[in-house]
Amino acid sequence: MVMKTEPLVLNIGPAHPSTHGVFRMRATLDGEVIIDVEPIFGYLHRGIEKLAEERTYQQFIPLTDRLDYVSAMGNNMAYCMAVEKLAAIPVPERAEYIRVIMAELQRIASHLIAVGSFLNDCGAFMTPILYMVREREKIVDLFEMVSGQRLTYNYMRFGGLSQDVPDEFLPALRKFIDQMPRYLDEYDQLLKENEILLARTKGVGILSKETAINCSMTGPMLRGSGVPWDLRKADPYSVYSRFEFDIPCGARGDSYDRYRVRVEEMRQSVRIIRQAMEQLPVGPVRSKTPVMLIRPPAGEVYSHVESPKGELGFYLVSDGSIAPYRCHIRGPSFINLTALREMIVGWKVADAIVIFGSIDIVMGEVDR
Amino acid sequence: MVTFDLVFPAWQFKGLPPDWPGGFWWHFIVFSIIILAFVLTLVIMFIWFERRTLGRMQARMGPNRVGPFGLLQAMADAIKVMLKEDIVPNGADKLVHLLAPLVAFVPVLMVFAVMPFQDGAALVNLNIGVLYVMAVSSISTLGIFMAGWGSNNKYTLISAMRDVASVVSYEIPVVLSLAGIVLLAGSLSLNDIVRSQAQSVPFVLLQPLGFIVFFLGGMAEINRSPFDLLEADSEIVAGFHTEYSGMKFALFYLAEYAEALVLSTLVATFFLGGWGGPLLPPWLWLIVKSWAVFFVLVWIRATVPRVRIDQLMTFSWKFLFPLALLNLVVTAVEVVAWPEALPVLLIPVNIAVGAVLVILLSRNFKPGGSQVEA
Amino acid sequence: MKLDYYGLGIAKGLMVTLKHLFRRPVTVQYPEQTLNTSRRIRGNELVWNEEKCTGCSTCAKACHIGAISIVTAPNPEGDKYPVEKYEIDTGYCIMCGMCVEVCPFEALYMGAGYEKAQYRRGDLVQSKEVMKYTSEKYVSGYFYPEFAAQLPLQTLLLEKITEEE
Repeated sequence: MVMKTEPLVLNIGPAHPSTHGVFRMRATLDGEVIIDVEPIFGYLHRGIEKLAEERTYQQFIPLTDRLDYVSAMGNNMAYCMAVEKLAAIPVPERAEYIRVIMAELQRIASHLIAVGSFLNDCGAFMTPILYMVREREKIVDLFEMVSGQRLTYNYMRFGGLSQDVPDEFLPALRKFIDQMPRYLDEYDQLLKENEILLARTKGVGILSKETAINCSMTGPMLRGSGVPWDLRKADPYSVYSRFEFDIPCGARGDSYDRYRVRVEEMRQSVRIIRQAMEQLPVGPVRSKTPVMLIRPPAGEVYSHVESPKGELGFYLVSDGSIAPYRCHIRGPSFINLTALREMIVGWKVADAIVIFGSIDIVMGEVDR
Repeated sequence: MVTFDLVFPAWQFKGLPPDWPGGFWWHFIVFSIIILAFVLTLVIMFIWFERRTLGRMQARMGPNRVGPFGLLQAMADAIKVMLKEDIVPNGADKLVHLLAPLVAFVPVLMVFAVMPFQDGAALVNLNIGVLYVMAVSSISTLGIFMAGWGSNNKYTLISAMRDVASVVSYEIPVVLSLAGIVLLAGSLSLNDIVRSQAQSVPFVLLQPLGFIVFFLGGMAEINRSPFDLLEADSEIVAGFHTEYSGMKFALFYLAEYAEALVLSTLVATFFLGGWGGPLLPPWLWLIVKSWAVFFVLVWIRATVPRVRIDQLMTFSWKFLFPLALLNLVVTAVEVVAWPEALPVLLIPVNIAVGAVLVILLSRNFKPGGSQVEA
Repeated sequence: MKLDYYGLGIAKGLMVTLKHLFRRPVTVQYPEQTLNTSRRIRGNELVWNEEKCTGCSTCAKACHIGAISIVTAPNPEGDKYPVEKYEIDTGYCIMCGMCVEVCPFEALYMGAGYEKAQYRRGDLVQSKEVMKYTSEKYVSGYFYPEFAAQLPLQTLLLEKITEEE
């Protein structure tokens, strides 16, 4: 007997507990199964690329914090590197090392949020995310110590950093990286082998290698699918070539692999920070650059970093004036959403949330 | 069977007369008040306890502002909720929307009618108590379905569908797991079940499999985590009570915790010896045991993620259901073959059988389906 | 996929949560207990040193929000222009600290206060009387190490939690 059923259109978002901001999925359901999904975004659009063109190069630094607001240091670094490349500004050695330390700390913080909210989306009632936010809090404390604020750091400048780290920073950092692996083990103990989590995430939302590459995915999404592509190794910027670290990769490209890749990346970040602390030179942290206005020569530049979510690129066009003529931002969150439909269709509502959580987006970067 | 006279002194078995404190109506009134007080007080304590324990397990404090240790937080919440506007969504089925919280809450209260707080101390000592409990407790599903349907909201509808599906499938293993108990106790009356446990050992030792099945199935029936699919806040917002506010929402909230209380007391009664226990007064034993069970519920809620709807179904039909059936067969064989066997002998046998069955079934268990071709 | 670990994976997780039951909570009961903020805190107020300010308006130029409005007298008095109006709308301010960083005369500092919420938007505008620097004022050490040295050390969660040592 063929039963006549009607598809049900379900709006997931923009105000929904697990859309990580104001994302909206217009899902067509057949029972619980999603047969079509249409992502709708733009609810957080602030025109940040246009804002960059309206401001001087220096003035745009605080706004890069607002792109991917859980990894503001990485955005600072990406933008400053782009302008340094454009205007050929040298960066002192010590500043490079501190930048790497900050970027890696930020990667840990961002992944903690990503993994925590992913597990929360799987239905673990607040526990993993609260544990992980506790660890993130320690990192945020360190950032507050160096920059004075807890979320929008505005710490990096063209040609280095705004200020050197205070004296009490390095001992605290040492303590943190000594503690961190132990806490990571604890998180693994909490949910790594949990049968329910395995049932919910293994084999769910498989992103094949080919699709991942075709959709120009980057970051843990791509690595979860088994492509060992990490800009820190593939195109070493800053002083990353001096550190030893591995690129963790998944095998199947499912949600569980992406979760594991993030956890393993945190361990690698701890490794990098430890090496950077040992090699940290003494010296100035800011080269002689104008504080207010710089006028890079006319030209264009694309500079990218491996942000926690993938390749974060800044494309700047200069016409020789004090403000960029054009600023385009390649936000990894946005581009990682391209395969959303392929991954979600055919799964159930609950899986859609898990898959969406495993992509780890931040709406500030998607809508820009 | 061996009687543990030292552990369970004889004064506990004197029992109350069935019409204590005299006369049908007095009995009715007194016990109604006792049940209401018991349920409401314990529910409020449970809400506080859950929030505090969850808080501590999540490295935070939990409610601590209202009253000492935040004990009055639930009261404050109740006042807040009562003062809120009662919103009925546009296009809702008003009557169904109004009745749903009542239909969900009242059956939960009715279950306590047969709950023995002490030997013979129950509103009515039904000789078909187990059946009554099972029958009445599933009525609250109707309330949840009414809420889901009457709210005119897609999230609530999905939630209601999930609830009906899960309760219908979990009813079977739960009832089957109780059949083993009934075989051992030789009675369907809750008081007799407790009494036979007091005379031998708590049934959790004789029925480890039944305990597991009943506990997990019960968790699914009352929609506790990890089976809290119908309130899955990360998926369908707040589930069936998305569109509820004010006192109606409070009733749902109350019903949710009252169901948890029902499960805790039922587990305590069926498997942990109910009111039986040394030193403390029997009613306190019941509360202590229910509290311990509730702690496990909270503990599990703090730890595990949520299952998916198809995994919920497969878990019931392919894991709990066979386990419950096998348990029933094993118990029946034991009861028929060795009616006089010592519990000391049966306990290791049953635990071993349970462990082997769980491991065997685990190895052949496939949770849930996979991607559907669109 | 099977139930690979027969429930042992869940049991492991349960042990972790049980362990946390006996650990001290990490949260702080905010209005009663407060933590020392960073010595470089960028609070939502600015402190303005009238003696040092020359009215050059560099801060207003550096502000990309346009939250600083400054009006000076048309004629200089000695080596500086008297400032007639100096206002910061903290409702627009994003506390990026650029104005403090660029001030060539070290006349503008970040404030260390962070409890400046108001009921009306108009109250968020800080006038020069409110911002005026006095030696008692609690000034952040953002870009001013000499102020930072006077502030108490930041409370770190890292050092507060000692449950494992």
